[in-house]
Amino acid sequence: MSIAAISLPRFSRRVLPGFGLSLGFTLAYLGLIVLIPLGAAFIKAAGLSWADFLTAVASPRVLASYRVSFGISLLAALVNGVFGGILAWVLVRYTFPGRRVVDALVDLPFALPTAVAGIALAAIYSKNGWAGQWLEPLWVGTVHRLAGWIPWVDWQGWLGKTIAFDRAGIFLALTFVGLPFVVRTLQPVLAELEPELEEAAATLGANRWQTMTRVILPELMPALITGFALAFARALGEYGSVVFIAGNMPMHSEITPLLIITKLEQYDYRGATAIAVVMLVTSFVLLLLINLLQKWSRRYYRV
Amino acid sequence: MKFKSLLFTAVALALAAGAHAKSIELLNVSYDPTRELYVDFNKAFAAHWKAKTGDNVVVKQSHGGSGKQARGVIDGLPADVVTLALAADVDALAAVARLIPPDWQKRLPDNSAPYTSTIVFLVRKGNPKGIKDWDDLVKLGVAVITPNPKTSGGARWNYLAAWEYAKRKLGSDDAAKEFIAKLFKNVPVLDSGARGSTTTFVQRGIGDVSISWENEAFLAIKEFGADKFEIVVPSISILAEPTVSVVDKVVRKKGTAEVAKAYLDYLYTDEGQEIAARNYYRPRNQAIAAKYTANFAQLKLFTIDEAFGGWAKAQKTHFADGGTFDQIYAK
Repeated sequence: MSIAAISLPRFSRRVLPGFGLSLGFTLAYLGLIVLIPLGAAFIKAAGLSWADFLTAVASPRVLASYRVSFGISLLAALVNGVFGGILAWVLVRYTFPGRRVVDALVDLPFALPTAVAGIALAAIYSKNGWAGQWLEPLWVGTVHRLAGWIPWVDWQGWLGKTIAFDRAGIFLALTFVGLPFVVRTLQPVLAELEPELEEAAATLGANRWQTMTRVILPELMPALITGFALAFARALGEYGSVVFIAGNMPMHSEITPLLIITKLEQYDYRGATAIAVVMLVTSFVLLLLINLLQKWSRRYYRV
Repeated sequence: MKFKSLLFTAVALALAAGAHAKSIELLNVSYDPTRELYVDFNKAFAAHWKAKTGDNVVVKQSHGGSGKQARGVIDGLPADVVTLALAADVDALAAVARLIPPDWQKRLPDNSAPYTSTIVFLVRKGNPKGIKDWDDLVKLGVAVITPNPKTSGGARWNYLAAWEYAKRKLGSDDAAKEFIAKLFKNVPVLDSGARGSTTTFVQRGIGDVSISWENEAFLAIKEFGADKFEIVVPSISILAEPTVSVVDKVVRKKGTAEVAKAYLDYLYTDEGQEIAARNYYRPRNQAIAAKYTANFAQLKLFTIDEAFGGWAKAQKTHFADGGTFDQIYAK
């Protein structure tokens, strides 16, 4: 057999249709599903004069809602990053009875209509719910004690008075919806990560802390950041579950999506889209920053 | 063979008879607490229309926050009739989308409000906080449940009723605003609709008093028991007029103008009024109202036109962006 007989044809044939067709399809698809609806929001908001736009997106009440939405979403995503990481670790590294059930439970927040989640959370954590009746006095006590120790911080203003129907409730709902994103992005990476790596580290004299911080975490970091970003983005857009448990007090526990709905209820379509545009741009910038961070972390840790 | 042809004839006849009686479908877009009312009413109307014309009419119902429902119709929900919580929301159909003429409210008797209601207090059994009137709601340590007036029609009635009480008692709009600000300081949860508020109060056990539609309060007692809640009627309240209208643009397209109009007219008949009364709405018909006096406490009622110069004005002063409701939270 001559060598020429097995050399590939000059233009290699791929299994799927070529670049032109698939890119065209991608753009058309993205256009229909994502870009055109988003573009419509921008066009609608563009109907406002600059001054009207500013009053719509920068009134004190709207500004307060940005703080609530972005702040609590960030907090919820961070907590999910830590506890979702532990959960993923347990699910991948250990076998125990009921593991498959736990694994399936993680997907529940994906599948459950968020309104159902909100109602369920409110029922459980309200002061006559079965968890709330124990936890609420604890929470109220904690906030009081904090106020006693560090009196110059407005603890009640920051943490709220109760669990359900206050800021803590928003945090619960946002943690709930974000959890699967962290677990599901980490799981495949963890599964690829061979236990031999840890063993090698141990034989080379690394203690557990060093193995964790120098060997395992660097490998997980990019996936962890992706999971965090997804959970954060999801939390920002969440509406259905939050309104049932937030209490929705102006200036204190109103999330931005609720204000968008409020504007719509008043037939103020432009004001609503103006706020939506601000949310959109801010989320986009934040996600871009997180992406950059991820790229940087990959390079940093690979060295 | 003979049997077969007989069967064939029978089927053909049945089909012909079926084709003769038309089947009509109407969509009634309504607000939250009228679910039970229109289930009853639709049944009665279908029977009435069948007897009158031989046609079958099926009325579908859609319920939700009044403002949200109006927006649905504006955005293309093909409602033959709307039966909403307040005239302002029906006005939006005329002003925003021109689905109905601007003078829609003059087309039916009684401002196009075939039944009325009012705003009362729902308290826990035994009334532990001793709530008797509006000024008990601003006392320290009383937790009040009411929905967000920006999103809920019912909540706007609540707000205006409290405002007018304070204005009459304290003498000025400024004092009324202060009163309202104090009242909303006592509100721990703002739900987006009347049903949501009832759930928060009744099922989650939050709050000492829920400001509520009279019919919604009765319904809560019927559903959850008179051993848990009671109704307190304030000295003065607002006459809430939920308004109805045919949606001209839709019925013209669907060819349902006649039956849609008959549907709303039927609300004003003795049967219609009786059904409304049975569902805890105050009937307009005095004779029917007299039969149900036991249900409806007598109290001083004022209309929105008397006290606030109509919905458009009240909406602008109090609930638009920057209105009094926003001001009390901006401080």
